[in-house]
Amino acid sequence: MKEERDVLEKTVASDYKYGFVTEIDTDVVAKGLSEETIRHISTKKNEPEWMLDWRLKAYNHWLKMEEPKWPNVHYPTINYQDIIYYAAPKKKQTINGLDEVDPELLKTFEKLGISINEQKRLTGVAVDVVMDSVSVATSFKKQLAEVGIIFCSMSEAIQNHPELVKKHLGSVVPMTDNYFAALNSAVFTDGSFCYIPKGVRCPMELSTYFRINTENSGQFERTLIVAEDESYVSYLEGCTAPRRDENQLHAAVVELVAMRKAEIKYSTVQNWYPGDDQGRGGIYNFVTKRGICSGEYSKISWSQVETGSAITWKYPSVILKGDNSIGEFYSVALTNHFQQADTGTKMIHIGKNTRSRIVSKGISAGKSQNSYRGLVRAGKNALNARNYSQCDSLLLGDKCGAHTFPYIESKNNTAVIEHEATTSKIGEDQLFYCRQRGIDTEAAVALIVTGFAKEVMNQLPMEFAVEAQKLLAISLEGSVG
Amino acid sequence: MDQIKLQYFGEKFNELQSSNPDAFLSRLRKEGFSNFSDKGLPTHKNEEWKYSGASVSNLFHKEYKLTEDKNQLPVMKDDIDEMRLPGFENANELVFVNGKFVVELSAIRSSSEQIVIMPLEEAENGDYKEIVKEHLGKSNLFINDGIHALNTSFIYGGVFIYVNKKQEVTNPVYLYHILDAGDNHILSQPRSLVFIDERSKLQIVESYKTIGSMDSFTNEVFEIVVNKDAILEYYKIQNDKTTASQVATTHVRQIGKSFAHTLVISLNGGTIRNNTNIIMEAAGNEAHMYGLYLLKGKSHVDNHTLVDNKMPNCFSNELYKGVIDGSATGVFSGKIFVRPDAQKTNAYQSNNNILLSDNASVNSKPQLEIYADDVKCSHGCTVGRLDEEALFYLRARGISKEHAQAMLLQAFASNIVEQIKIEPLREYAEELITERLSEVNTEE
Amino acid sequence: MLSIKNLHASVEGKEILKGINLEVKAGEVHAIMGPNGSGKSTLASVLAGREEYEVTDGSVKFLGKDILELSPEDRAREGLFLAFQYPVEIPGVSTVNFIKTALNEKRKYHGEEPLDAVSFMKLMKEKMNLVEIDKSLLTRSINEGFSGGEKKKNEIFQMAMLEPKLTILDETDSGLDIDALRIVASGVNKLRDENRAIIVITHYQRLLDYLQPDFVHVLLNGKIVKNGTKELALELEEKGYDFIKEEQNVTSAI
Repeated sequence: MKEERDVLEKTVASDYKYGFVTEIDTDVVAKGLSEETIRHISTKKNEPEWMLDWRLKAYNHWLKMEEPKWPNVHYPTINYQDIIYYAAPKKKQTINGLDEVDPELLKTFEKLGISINEQKRLTGVAVDVVMDSVSVATSFKKQLAEVGIIFCSMSEAIQNHPELVKKHLGSVVPMTDNYFAALNSAVFTDGSFCYIPKGVRCPMELSTYFRINTENSGQFERTLIVAEDESYVSYLEGCTAPRRDENQLHAAVVELVAMRKAEIKYSTVQNWYPGDDQGRGGIYNFVTKRGICSGEYSKISWSQVETGSAITWKYPSVILKGDNSIGEFYSVALTNHFQQADTGTKMIHIGKNTRSRIVSKGISAGKSQNSYRGLVRAGKNALNARNYSQCDSLLLGDKCGAHTFPYIESKNNTAVIEHEATTSKIGEDQLFYCRQRGIDTEAAVALIVTGFAKEVMNQLPMEFAVEAQKLLAISLEGSVG
Repeated sequence: MDQIKLQYFGEKFNELQSSNPDAFLSRLRKEGFSNFSDKGLPTHKNEEWKYSGASVSNLFHKEYKLTEDKNQLPVMKDDIDEMRLPGFENANELVFVNGKFVVELSAIRSSSEQIVIMPLEEAENGDYKEIVKEHLGKSNLFINDGIHALNTSFIYGGVFIYVNKKQEVTNPVYLYHILDAGDNHILSQPRSLVFIDERSKLQIVESYKTIGSMDSFTNEVFEIVVNKDAILEYYKIQNDKTTASQVATTHVRQIGKSFAHTLVISLNGGTIRNNTNIIMEAAGNEAHMYGLYLLKGKSHVDNHTLVDNKMPNCFSNELYKGVIDGSATGVFSGKIFVRPDAQKTNAYQSNNNILLSDNASVNSKPQLEIYADDVKCSHGCTVGRLDEEALFYLRARGISKEHAQAMLLQAFASNIVEQIKIEPLREYAEELITERLSEVNTEE
Repeated sequence: MLSIKNLHASVEGKEILKGINLEVKAGEVHAIMGPNGSGKSTLASVLAGREEYEVTDGSVKFLGKDILELSPEDRAREGLFLAFQYPVEIPGVSTVNFIKTALNEKRKYHGEEPLDAVSFMKLMKEKMNLVEIDKSLLTRSINEGFSGGEKKKNEIFQMAMLEPKLTILDETDSGLDIDALRIVASGVNKLRDENRAIIVITHYQRLLDYLQPDFVHVLLNGKIVKNGTKELALELEEKGYDFIKEEQNVTSAI
């Protein structure tokens, strides 16, 4: 059993393959946060007055707030004056096509395995790419525009579709929502904007790749997806960062609005740099993601595979306001080495006959701490609300932790809520069975873990699922002993 | 907490301390009071008090009177007779008035070879002072909120119970807490210590009764130490007036491989918070924890449980069930903690709730915190209403809706009640529950 | 093929195997019989390399190699297959995926290219017919929710796919009804040839009716106390194990 532990430890010690830095000319605003910084960002982005006002309001609110202390994570105090709030790859005034994009940038994305080349239509995925603070390229815009879909960077949306942005920005995650959301509202630099008009099924997967490149910079992107009545969109989000010894802050906000009978499927493969095997460096991933099922029969489904970041703090949530609406959360969170994750969801049942389902699979290895934290609330009027939650934790090795903190609140006697959770270690008999068939311990662990996470993996779009599966195996390398 | 109250508690504290400031208890109290002064009463911002902080703080807007002495005996024998629990003929009956153990009103039926029962202060000064010093106040390490510290600030007048080695005490210990709220709102703060030595067994039952029209608030801490091969059975029945509120901590430490069985039934009261802790300080411990709360009116009952596995090979099983009617609120927060050394822990926890009325609500927070890998832990939680199918089935057989409902609720509650191993007490609890459930009548 | 000499093994300090000697040649079928607790399953576990079992003395050579030095996976890759008495469930891992991984690991070990999807499917179809296994089982999570018979059939199917040199059937007949037993046995028989050997570990005669072993060994209290042919198995069936125990007592008394 001791040997097995050693193998476990080895398997979980892997290398991060996205740790390179791109040498690229960057336009950087000096470190530090003040009203000045915010005005500066706003000016650089040539924003309208209302946007600047909104940012300043958020900033002033943020000043009065305190950093949350309740998550089960520990980190040194963040010096918010020591962060670069704006860093953008230098570019020409306007980019007319991808051929005008800095070739270094294109190379970066090649390395990441992301094609933003519009010629490669076979992939059938429209991509928006956000590097450090700004969106650098969005593909398939024209094809999408033909069916009325707007898919562009948030900066462009502020310029070109101010009415839509004004109406929905902050409508799901108010600027005062929490410490990091307020910070994001004040300093967000870019992100993706997506609008699906009434009755349109988006013909392809929409995708955003986020990349932190510049040292000491924070990434504060803001994503807004609005799905009008009877529309459908599937959205993918991926993220990577270079290896660095310092921690970098990522505080994003994602807002989803699903109108009557609309459906939004949001999938994330989060692979920010997790730090090294000594716990040095890595991204602090403090993210607020929330969707509202505002119309009846609408549906929002979050799927996430979380393998990266030194610390993760995120709870993709659904407010089930419309009657008969559905919220789903499928999550695999794998932590290794010194990673800490406090993640889960909130399902807020407001409307009648609303349903939600939570499937969370946590895998802890190395010296990591992995917590599920979730809230299911059935409000007074949530007649016949129904929730089912299943949270399972798998422990690899004896130095890690797996924790479960569900909150269940019901104020309606017709609501039915069920929560189940289990924690166990990887089965020695399972490992032996695999090994007797010639599969070595490392491969056996990967096989068993993938099986453990299968219910969630099945929710991911095909292409993403393959990537996620590989990622799980890689992240586990060196965890087996 | 406003200044006036803090000042009042301060004065009372100083009065109590002036007698013998160097004694062990005085030092403990001093620590407690400084802790209380720092922290004040818990609010909903304290994660452990998320759902009950506001209720408890609100209660303290009242002017509670601390009774310092047990010399006056306002309580009549009749009052005691009224609250005697079935099986009393065979029990050691200990009477507490406003949180103070009154020897004169108590009846000890076991022999002194088996069990020693005396005021805590007497134990501190006598043959048992080492046990008191070593074991009293350990709960402070696990619950460090202000209200617990307030109890510690006023440790005085509690009971000390010691069960000798190899004694299976056949007479259970019944603790009757009488709260005399005739003239004032009363704050009662019993603090007691029980030590069950090797290879012995003890059954303990606590119950409460408020007299008079004013409010009572019991802020109790009960520490129980279970030594090697010993058995503890602990029962608490809360069936007091709606003017009676409580924060009651039962802190059980299993310091040798032993067996503990706890059961808490809450039927009536104002705001009730129960902290039931089991600390597994030795390998191979076993614990079973049960709870049943049948709430109506505006009752607010919060059951907080902790199973802290510090050593390997421990087993725990926890089942709490609630039926919530009227505008009542049920809260369950259970924590299973598995420390790095606690390999081969098996821990299970389950919380089931039925909401009967439109204004009833429940908040449940089952938690697992696990730092060892070779463990099997699980928890489950359900919130819902009565099984409509089952209800219909019974009605289709000609049973009235009310009766059918009562039958189903009775069935729901039964696997908790049947865990009461003192027979007359179990029968009594069954009666109380039947009576209560037959009152239930939800309107469609 | 397999040469076991003076094998001693213990678990948690308790000696279970107390000097086993056994020679198995290619093409042979050996039955090891014995009452409960005699050490039958321990022998299977030790050969497969379960780590709870400590080999305290003796040697085991498999195809000329000292397999006690090898990890369980390398023993498997060398061609040793254990059909488990209690096959383990692995949620979320499909049988197909599982076997494919195992097969390709073995090929890699022998310096062969992994099998492409088409060839793999072809091979699978062929073997499925051999052991009469239902296709739907193969897409389900391995052994999860399988009946006793399905689990055992699945073991034989894996044996067919992995084509081991030596198969150890550990109480494969336990928990099987007569139809399942027939199917499992006929699957095994189809896989018999002059290059492979089989060790059947069993308590009862009934599987041996189908498999017709060349040799029968009786294991008692950690030692092989009697060797014979299939007639010995019949005798055991008739008289039970007591007569051997008595014989033993007589011998030890002398």
